[in-house]
Amino acid sequence: MRRGCRERYAGLVVALALLLGSAFAASAQSLERQSFDEALEKFAADTYNDTDAAIAGVAGSGNPLATQIIEALQDGRLLFSAGDKKIYLREATGAVLEASTGKPIAGAEPADLSPVRVNNRIRRSIEAALGGLTLLSPDPVRRLEAARAVFKSREANALTALETAINKEAEPRVKRALEEARAAIVAGKPEAKESDRVAAILLLRDRGDQDARGVLAGIPGGQPASLQKALTDAITTIDNRLAAWSVAQNLWYGLSLGSVLLLAAIGLAITFGVMGVINMAHGEMVMLGAYTTFLVQEVIRTGAPWLFDYSLAMAIPLAFLVAALVGMAIERGVIRFLYGRPLETLLATWGISLIGQQAVRTSFGPTNREVGAPNFMSGAFELGGLTITWNRLWIIVFAGIIFAGLLAALRYTELGLQMRAVTQNRRMASSMAINTGKIDALTFALGSGIAGLAGVALSQIDNVSPNLGQSYIIDSFLVVVFGGVGNLWGTLVGAMSLGVANKFLEPYAGAVLGKIVLLVIVILFIQKRPRGLFALKGRAVET
Amino acid sequence: MIVRKLIEAPDGRGKIFLAILVAAAVLVPCLNLGLPPSSALHVPTSAVALWGKYLCYALLALSLDLVWGYCGILSLGHGAFFALGGYAMGMYLMRQIGTRGVYADPILPDFMVFLNWKELPFFWWGFNWLGYAALMVLAVPGVLAFVFGWFAFRSRVTGVYLSIITQALTFALMLGFFRNNFGFGGNNGLTDFKDILGFNVQAQATRATLFALSAVALGLGYLIAQAVVRSKAGKVLIAIRDAESRTRFIGYRVENYKAFVFTLSACMAAVAGALYVPQVGIINPSEFAPANSIEYVIWVAVGGRGTLVGAALGAVLVNFAKTTFTTGVLAPYWLFALGALFVLVTIFLPRGILGLIPTRPAAALPNGAAAAGPAAQPAE
Repeated sequence: MRRGCRERYAGLVVALALLLGSAFAASAQSLERQSFDEALEKFAADTYNDTDAAIAGVAGSGNPLATQIIEALQDGRLLFSAGDKKIYLREATGAVLEASTGKPIAGAEPADLSPVRVNNRIRRSIEAALGGLTLLSPDPVRRLEAARAVFKSREANALTALETAINKEAEPRVKRALEEARAAIVAGKPEAKESDRVAAILLLRDRGDQDARGVLAGIPGGQPASLQKALTDAITTIDNRLAAWSVAQNLWYGLSLGSVLLLAAIGLAITFGVMGVINMAHGEMVMLGAYTTFLVQEVIRTGAPWLFDYSLAMAIPLAFLVAALVGMAIERGVIRFLYGRPLETLLATWGISLIGQQAVRTSFGPTNREVGAPNFMSGAFELGGLTITWNRLWIIVFAGIIFAGLLAALRYTELGLQMRAVTQNRRMASSMAINTGKIDALTFALGSGIAGLAGVALSQIDNVSPNLGQSYIIDSFLVVVFGGVGNLWGTLVGAMSLGVANKFLEPYAGAVLGKIVLLVIVILFIQKRPRGLFALKGRAVET
Repeated sequence: MIVRKLIEAPDGRGKIFLAILVAAAVLVPCLNLGLPPSSALHVPTSAVALWGKYLCYALLALSLDLVWGYCGILSLGHGAFFALGGYAMGMYLMRQIGTRGVYADPILPDFMVFLNWKELPFFWWGFNWLGYAALMVLAVPGVLAFVFGWFAFRSRVTGVYLSIITQALTFALMLGFFRNNFGFGGNNGLTDFKDILGFNVQAQATRATLFALSAVALGLGYLIAQAVVRSKAGKVLIAIRDAESRTRFIGYRVENYKAFVFTLSACMAAVAGALYVPQVGIINPSEFAPANSIEYVIWVAVGGRGTLVGAALGAVLVNFAKTTFTTGVLAPYWLFALGALFVLVTIFLPRGILGLIPTRPAAALPNGAAAAGPAAQPAE
């Protein structure tokens, strides 16, 4: 994504430059051409002095082939023919080009080709020329890369080239990078004026990333007082800024994990809230949703590949339907016989979960199935110091939509009203002519259907395998238990706080230990609030 | 006095059970060691090891039945206590390897040398003595169960909530034990055992002895559990199972009874684990897997919840079926069978196999918690 953007931008700039430049180019070109050809000829003499002059001449000519020629010289791929005094380039592929035109030679290559010799002095000239050349390259992407390279190397020799480049540079982004590169050199250069050095330090402070901090921290102590103060201030500022970004990054990861947990747990929360039933087969409903996505994509791949970007949109209603129907079948076939025995329900649904996993394993094989990502969900973009991947962003949006939709459904629909009534007091609801059996079946179908939707989302970030559901089931339970029953906001808060807490613990404790700590925290929390964060208040005696 | 009480307690079913155990403890080693392999009555060593494993499972199921069948605590984390007991025993066995390990370090087990550890961590100290290891087998799971139970029961975490946090407990332990730097061998666990009290663990006689010990432990476990449930405290436990709030209103400290029986049960599970490890020759973190703990519950349900004997019977039957299934051509279908077992037993056999045999009404279970009475309706 980022790359594409930059290239498009670069293309635009080059096009503009070409338009503006074409008027002047005609007259200037012949002059440049002449100096380039003269300089190039000097390589054929193959003495170090001539080569050195040739490098300077070619680099200064502004010819687009200059970089290629000097790079070839560096690698020993620049050849000359003593007979016709012409210069050739050997490509990495072995093809031989004419150096003056950059075109492949016509006919066979001359017999007396030998590489232009270099020594250490020449190598230094080559490096300086190359650095200056790329800093002055007509392609802004190359210039930017060169500026960044200088920033990293902090080569003091590049200072003059930098100054020239800064004066010539028109594009603000590249100019900024060039100035930063200069600052990186100046800040650490004892000979430079103190005011310049302080200005450089301030510039680096404003850049404010890890690299800038590295440059500043690399400046040895014992500098003049004002400089030293600017230095320490700058480092502190950068540290604070970096810490803030890392908090933001953790928050983002946490929200992302939280939304995944929310998707996985919300269906569970509904069935648990209304029916008091722990559905251990919930994870398998998630898995069914993921495999439905896989099947939809398979059909599209073989039948209608142009629809691939819409595969998820098609999978969403299908996954809901498949999981909801299976859920209803489970409720009507098994769970309804076990009312009032929540622990037995837990065991029976565990059995169903084993059967479901094994059924998928026998029909689809035990290995991971590949579910592709449509175009709009792949890639990432940067926001300040954050890297945000599209698939995570979409999953957060998706979780939010499902949550809002469910909230609205519970609040405004007939079914929602009846579900809430049954949640609060089953016997009273039954006395008010609510068919609790029907509500149970529909609730279970709804909860399972949402699990199916979660499966569509998870197929984008996790392996689609028979174990997919199992890996989320314990986390989902914890979310439900932590958030409390009968209140969707509890599930939201539970999922988000577990997700965020998990990501904030990870850097300190490592992924596994962080998870253990979190489990222990939840276990302790349950002691304090046995019915979760958002407990449903009631007057009935608890059994 | 106590001994008399223990022996008087069993009912008719219990006496048959104990008689079978005693017979097995005496006859199986004799038939295995005393008769030549050609004899028709000879019990092969592989069968001794296999049935020894079943007996450990039976003790584990018995311990689970004590909390679930008699006190209504559905623990989905009993595998944790079983595995902790197993690890304590495994640590003793690791220390006995000595210089026979791959790296031949006299003190450090192989995996520590491999991790470049220089000293034995403090929690491994003392494990070269079987007595200390045996103490730890009981103490570590016992203390964990007591602390966990004390907090959970005091804040009245009940029903499915308790089940979920016990599951979280064993899950957390599994994640921990899978870590290499946790100090228990990471995901390889502890294995390559050489001898126990100087006897080779692989030897025929050792296996026969371990089998007999497992049978004795199962018998003792049964007697203790039987004595507990027959005592006055046992009646309170049953009252808690059937109507916890009422029991509390009458004035019993429900949490104390629960914490006691939970701790006792954890210790019994740990002993089962300790006997299991030398017989199978390995202990690794997958023993902590939550799925295992749920499987243990189905053994109890199959045999008959709240019967003790039934739990042991269920464990042996289900595991026998599992061995038969998974070693044959039917292996891929075992999970279907196990899953169906979960569903069918809970719907059609709520009292398990023993429930099919008519008994005195006193031992019968109520038809689930909801039937307990009108005042005890769930809040949901």
